[in-house]
Amino acid sequence: MGFWNRNADSRSSTTAKERLKFVLVHDRTDISLQTMDRMKNEIVEVIVRYFDIDPADLVIDIHHEGRNQKLVADVPIKNTRQK
Amino acid sequence: MAGTIFTITSGKGGVGKTTITVNLGVGLALRGKKVVCIDGDIGLRNMDVILGLENRIVYDIVDVVEGRCRLKQAMIRDKRLPELYLIPASQTRDKNAVSAQDMIKVCSELKSEFDAVLIDSPAGIEQGFKTAVAPADKVFVVTNPEVSAVRDADRIIGLIEAAEKGPASLIINRINSAMVNRGEMLNQDDINELLAIDLIGLIPEDENVIISTNKGTPIVFDEKTKAGRAFRNLAARVDGESIPFDEIGEKESFIDRFKKMFG
Repeated sequence: MGFWNRNADSRSSTTAKERLKFVLVHDRTDISLQTMDRMKNEIVEVIVRYFDIDPADLVIDIHHEGRNQKLVADVPIKNTRQK
Repeated sequence: MAGTIFTITSGKGGVGKTTITVNLGVGLALRGKKVVCIDGDIGLRNMDVILGLENRIVYDIVDVVEGRCRLKQAMIRDKRLPELYLIPASQTRDKNAVSAQDMIKVCSELKSEFDAVLIDSPAGIEQGFKTAVAPADKVFVVTNPEVSAVRDADRIIGLIEAAEKGPASLIINRINSAMVNRGEMLNQDDINELLAIDLIGLIPEDENVIISTNKGTPIVFDEKTKAGRAFRNLAARVDGESIPFDEIGEKESFIDRFKKMFG
């Protein structure tokens, strides 16, 4: 990625791969973005009862592991001391 | 590999299933295997023209299933090779004329006599696909390095797993090394990462494929062509040999080296 290929990430194969990753996750799980958002909101409702978190920091994504999918949640806690 | 039933499928149409089935069949026969290719695309028969045997058809697989002829009578021998046969599809009937049970029955009869039975599946995910996959010992999924073909391949891989016919192996067809080098085409690593199944064939784009199809002489006969060599490699891997995937490993051009030097 030097002088000649400065725009390596704008090459169309990179775009194709990123778009396919997104499409395949949703094809395989049959879950829409709207459903994911609703689930995320429900999870936030539960967590805030026990932890001090900023709902905007919560990241829930579907990850690939070979042909298997897993749901990965990353939930930073604002204040580690108990309320 | 004695008595193995292979089904070649793709989900998306037009990716080269029939070309691959035929060239794999001829490639295996060139290695001395006894091979029979079955055209599973009932109503859209094409394997006969790709093989160059279109003027020799008397009976087809529907005639066998409906009892109008014996299995042997529907098998056309390819005179260019000692042990290659074609069982053509019917051109006038539809996919429902042959059931999954019929296909299993035909294949179990062939299995004991042949090293390899190759079934060319129709495109799609409906009954024709299910019928073609039902007798399979091993399924090959064909894709092109394009978003729509890869997406459909992923769907079909899922269906093959659900039918307990997995894991399938992947054949990437029509890969263009110049475009891959420019970063304007998905390469085999990208597709492997997305689909996460084993690669068994990598066929470069080669205008000689169309020329050979025009003549009815499968490209695998011609070892001097890129695609011909790639099909020989595919046949060797199916036969159990371990061969590196260097089908598109063309030498770097002067410009590429120049760019790297200053990159």
